Amino acid sequence: MTSTYAHAPGFVAGDRPKIVTSRFEFSDSYTIERYLATNGYAGLRAALAQPATSVHDEVKNATVLGRGGAGFPAGTKWGLTPQEVWPRYLVVNGDESEPGTYKDRLLMERDPHQLIEGCLIACYSAGLSRCFLYIRGEMALAQERVATALNEAYAAGYVGKNILGSKFSVDIVLHWGAGAYVVGEETALIESLEGNRGMPRLKPPFFPAANGLYGQPTIVNNVETLANLPWLLCNGSEAYTAIGTKTSPGTRMVAVSGHVKRPGVFEIINGVTTFRDLLYGEEFCGGIRNDNQLKAFVPGGGSAPWFTPDQLDLPFEASQVGPAGSMLGSGAIMVMDHTTDIPAAALTLTRFYAHESCGKCTPCREGGTWLERILTRVVEGTGTDADLDQLIEVGSSICPGDFPHASNADLGLAAVPFPYKMTTICFVGPSAYAPVHSALTLFRSEFEARVTTRKRIPVTAVANSTAGYAS
Amino acid sequence: MSRLTDANIAIAYEIIGRYPRPKSALIPILHLAQEQDGYVAQDAMKHIAELVGVTPAEVFGTASFYEMFKFEPVGKYLLNICGTMSCALMGAEELMHHAEKRLGIKAGSTTPDGLITLEHAECQAACTEAPCLQVNYRYRFKMTPGELDTLIDDLAAGKLTDEIPAHGVLATVRQRIPAERGVGAVAPEKVNESPQWLDGKPAL
Repeated sequence: MTSTYAHAPGFVAGDRPKIVTSRFEFSDSYTIERYLATNGYAGLRAALAQPATSVHDEVKNATVLGRGGAGFPAGTKWGLTPQEVWPRYLVVNGDESEPGTYKDRLLMERDPHQLIEGCLIACYSAGLSRCFLYIRGEMALAQERVATALNEAYAAGYVGKNILGSKFSVDIVLHWGAGAYVVGEETALIESLEGNRGMPRLKPPFFPAANGLYGQPTIVNNVETLANLPWLLCNGSEAYTAIGTKTSPGTRMVAVSGHVKRPGVFEIINGVTTFRDLLYGEEFCGGIRNDNQLKAFVPGGGSAPWFTPDQLDLPFEASQVGPAGSMLGSGAIMVMDHTTDIPAAALTLTRFYAHESCGKCTPCREGGTWLERILTRVVEGTGTDADLDQLIEVGSSICPGDFPHASNADLGLAAVPFPYKMTTICFVGPSAYAPVHSALTLFRSEFEARVTTRKRIPVTAVANSTAGYAS
Repeated sequence: MSRLTDANIAIAYEIIGRYPRPKSALIPILHLAQEQDGYVAQDAMKHIAELVGVTPAEVFGTASFYEMFKFEPVGKYLLNICGTMSCALMGAEELMHHAEKRLGIKAGSTTPDGLITLEHAECQAACTEAPCLQVNYRYRFKMTPGELDTLIDDLAAGKLTDEIPAHGVLATVRQRIPAERGVGAVAPEKVNESPQWLDGKPAL
């Protein structure tokens, strides 16, 4: 049984355990009244009833993996802060903008109090005295819902001085960006929060846990990661790890978009659900549109190397997807059916990363732009054979050596696991190359045909039309 | 145009007060200026520099990094059509071509009557609802060329003024921290002790 709600566009509820989406069925889930009526702030009360260290133990025992992209366990991350250095800050990464990703915006719009409660639990446990909640600039409704929720929570005594009559005091400050993908990288997020251009910092020395906001120890956590904490504190780490697998416990929000019958956002059981379940299962997307053939899919956001139908049976589990040559990233799957024009599809992603390069590292600033230019002329039918090798050469200057790609025995490709070598500070540069590399290694004949036929084809028309453009 | 109004100066000081260092308030105050004038005026940036205690060049340095800040007036409605993969797979290119033809302008420009500025946008985090667009940062999902025509007609007829505020307005609710409830921001160098609730014990 699945249900959808007009007030939560895209979200599909099923008969599965719900950790972060339990209130999505209510149209007023963002109000404090509904939140309190549905066990709201009980996790905070449970946390305040125990010492900070045991809250931390609970989070560590649950192995709550970071949901932003890197998948680093939250409890371990909190533990990396140096002893006796004060103050420490919490920065919430709500700058969701990885292509294909749609989950944090839903969590902020539909259940802002759950996020606030998660922030409070993290601050209490790790001794963080101030929290900055950074929401992407373009998300006006999310900013509005979180601002309203914070005002309600302050008035009701859940945030601010002496929370619920305890010694625990913390301010949560709503901060919002102004449109820059790279700010989703944690050190760039901190730069932006300091009022600067959002350019990533060098690591080392700027590991945020030791040297972050204003040079102080700073924890940067993703919205979904923190949204898990209220449920965890209410139900305990044993109940949490009973869902999913040992290495990937709990649930995950996953968005499946592109050429499927019913695109949607699902809360799935972590580590168990396979890509085949998600794409073809009746409780999920119900198959490829018009019963077309699946050509390829991006398993973990625009930065992830692509998979082909060969990898459909992999579960949503980092330890299996990594060795297969890609990553789970931010839980975003983009599906391409057989009508997709692969070079044009790759261009939509490469253009994104070239556009979003902050310009700090030369290989990304120049290389990304050249990847876009060369690929554009290939797609427009004015490229040459030499352009295809040129793409690889430019890409190799961003990520030298073996670049990860989906393993494909037929093509003699063995996967190279992450992390790969890169000449840039952050992953924006390699991300511009990932779609080009995947597309070119898996579907080289399509690029070659494009070079020969010299024809512009749309990415894929809505009704499979093959109409070209006058321009 | 235009320094911040007295009412906005008060809001700006309230925002600055939430951060341990004033410069952190730069982006929110730039949004405030854009809300006031519809774009970020040069005089506004000079004024913000005074409020935050940095040079005007630093304000422009930060502002010019971020796509949402406009330094010249834009149309009444900023129409951002997403063109990244999920939307492109579902017909965003066709939608953009239709918009350009219908409005008689290329992406990146404004209609002669000043009603609509058309822009190509990157992923807007509504990938399952592709193709999507935003009008002054308010979403429209699963758009067809026909629905886009209706939207443009409605915007021209002034039918959506209640639903879609002027360019520059993001959240219509501001965070307010009541003085008696707020902990207050302290510069990091003035804090040497562990938070009170830890009772002097290590946090982790």
